[in-house]
Amino acid sequence: MTDTLVVQGLRKTIGKKEIIKGLSFTLREGEVFGFLGPNGAGKTTTIRMLVGLIKPTSGHISICGYDLRRQFSQAIRHIGCIVENPELYPYLSGWENLEHFARMVPNIPKERISEVVELVGLQNRIHDRVRTYSLGMRQRLGIAQALLGNPKVLILDEPTNGLDPAGIREMREFIRFLAEKEGLSVLVSSHLLSEIQLMCDRVAIMSKGEIIRIDTVENLLKEQARVYWKAAPLDQAKKILAEQTTVLGEKDDAIVTFYEAGQLSAWNEKLVQAGIRVSEIQPKLPTLEDLFIELTGGETID
Amino acid sequence: MINLVYNEMLKIVRKKRLFIIAAIIAVLVGLFTYAQLKHVQEVQKRLGTNDWRTQLQQQIIDTQNRLNSSGISEEWRKFLQIRLQQQQYYLDHNINPSAPGAPTFMRMFVENSIELFLPLMVMVVVADLVSSEASGGTIKLLLTRPVKRWKILLSKYIAMLLSVSFIVLSLVFLSYLISGTVFGYSGWNLPLLTGFAVHGEELDTTNVHLLSQWKYLLIELGLAWFVAIVVGTLTFMLSVLMRSTAAVMGIMLAALISGAILSNMVSSWKSAKYLFMVNLRLTDYISGTAPPIDGMTLGFSMSVLAIWGIAALFISFLVFTKRDVY
Repeated sequence: MTDTLVVQGLRKTIGKKEIIKGLSFTLREGEVFGFLGPNGAGKTTTIRMLVGLIKPTSGHISICGYDLRRQFSQAIRHIGCIVENPELYPYLSGWENLEHFARMVPNIPKERISEVVELVGLQNRIHDRVRTYSLGMRQRLGIAQALLGNPKVLILDEPTNGLDPAGIREMREFIRFLAEKEGLSVLVSSHLLSEIQLMCDRVAIMSKGEIIRIDTVENLLKEQARVYWKAAPLDQAKKILAEQTTVLGEKDDAIVTFYEAGQLSAWNEKLVQAGIRVSEIQPKLPTLEDLFIELTGGETID
Repeated sequence: MINLVYNEMLKIVRKKRLFIIAAIIAVLVGLFTYAQLKHVQEVQKRLGTNDWRTQLQQQIIDTQNRLNSSGISEEWRKFLQIRLQQQQYYLDHNINPSAPGAPTFMRMFVENSIELFLPLMVMVVVADLVSSEASGGTIKLLLTRPVKRWKILLSKYIAMLLSVSFIVLSLVFLSYLISGTVFGYSGWNLPLLTGFAVHGEELDTTNVHLLSQWKYLLIELGLAWFVAIVVGTLTFMLSVLMRSTAAVMGIMLAALISGAILSNMVSSWKSAKYLFMVNLRLTDYISGTAPPIDGMTLGFSMSVLAIWGIAALFISFLVFTKRDVY
């Protein structure tokens, strides 16, 4: 796999305050990369630097081999983005909005506009004014706009923000489709772990302007997922579970252990054989807050 | 570049601002036409409608008498001769000087709107040219295209020039067409006096000469266009600097109105002549009205305006290309 976006030592200082403290990461072709972090971690600022809206204080961004600072036009041509909300011209129709942006890039034929409209499924309403669109439709138009120039890298800032559950699901599938079938690198930011987990191949966890960790979703969750056991008598259950795996402690009358896929039924069997009445086995994903507290050692989201 | 300018023009047109402005101009022209008509009727009633010929002849004889009298300066004699020429033209061509045609109305309308009305209309269109993109968030989409920032701003500036020209032209056409229905469409060749200069308290008439109305109008329109462009450029700069269109309009409005007030009271504050807003009445230099501050000339005022405009343009581009967009 080739790297489409390479970021090295990215920093941004505003006044005396350093808000982005040396980020380095790469995006590979055909992967969905998640940016996970609480509000104010610097996700949006980083994304703005990636698309050239903010000039980094230092550091290096290259897109498909082009340096963003020195070869802006060539570099930005390979990026499609939505930064924060998909804000388009409300007094123009969806089609006119797309035409407007197509005119700013050389060699985008009319057919490409129809193509992206079809891709995001807006054919029926494309000639209505954007003012009359729902948020979901605006989001889709935003994506259509981002895909217009056949980008290699798609950057979406909080793409499911404000969407209803069906919309979120649809967006997720669409993003997976773009990465798997079209071979795009997609960078998605979010403050919701569940969302990132369902969409992304790799995740960078951000806090206070730093990347704490970059890993695959599997690895992160393998380490962090927990199982809550409710059983009686509790002490005996704890002893038996401790033989099988690490007991992390007790919480709300339940024993907390690591989660290991495929092992739960075996552990349960052991408990049952020992005559322990198991009333509840609940695998739980850690909340972002838990993950944070663990990774940062006590720092909370706010 | 043509594509970019087309985009900007599309946005201006679709916001319907230009039509609203054309409508405002049409309504005001109608209003003034009616007021002018009333005025003319009043004057005619006072002087007697059919007597204007005799009146004019009387005036000519008056002037001739004064020319013949001995104790008059050479300079004044020349001025009177020109006046005589003008009056004779009115008589020869059967023009009632107190009942002007559409070109005269147009000229008066341009002279009266150059300081406040025209700049206001320009401001309404230009104020949100950049600030609306910032407050609406569309600037992010605009700046993440493979187009350099200065090109985007330049396309907006060109669109501004085109819209301002459109406003000036619609002012011209609407005032001509609407007032013409009442006053008639003739009067292009009417001779007008120009070339006055004011030195201190004295009116210098050395260079006074006659100019036919269409030439006179052309000069005034050029000046009005120049003023509109400068005001447009200043508004454009504010629009780049501020996200809020209301703030842009507020500041511009304050500047323009203070200019109108200052013009009437700054004669002793000499350095006020370097403010752009007291220099807007360029047409006064043509018609010979005394400038607000002694020593101001057409060349001076135009230079002051040009410097303000160039500085504003420079700041706009500097800020727009360097700024971080949040």
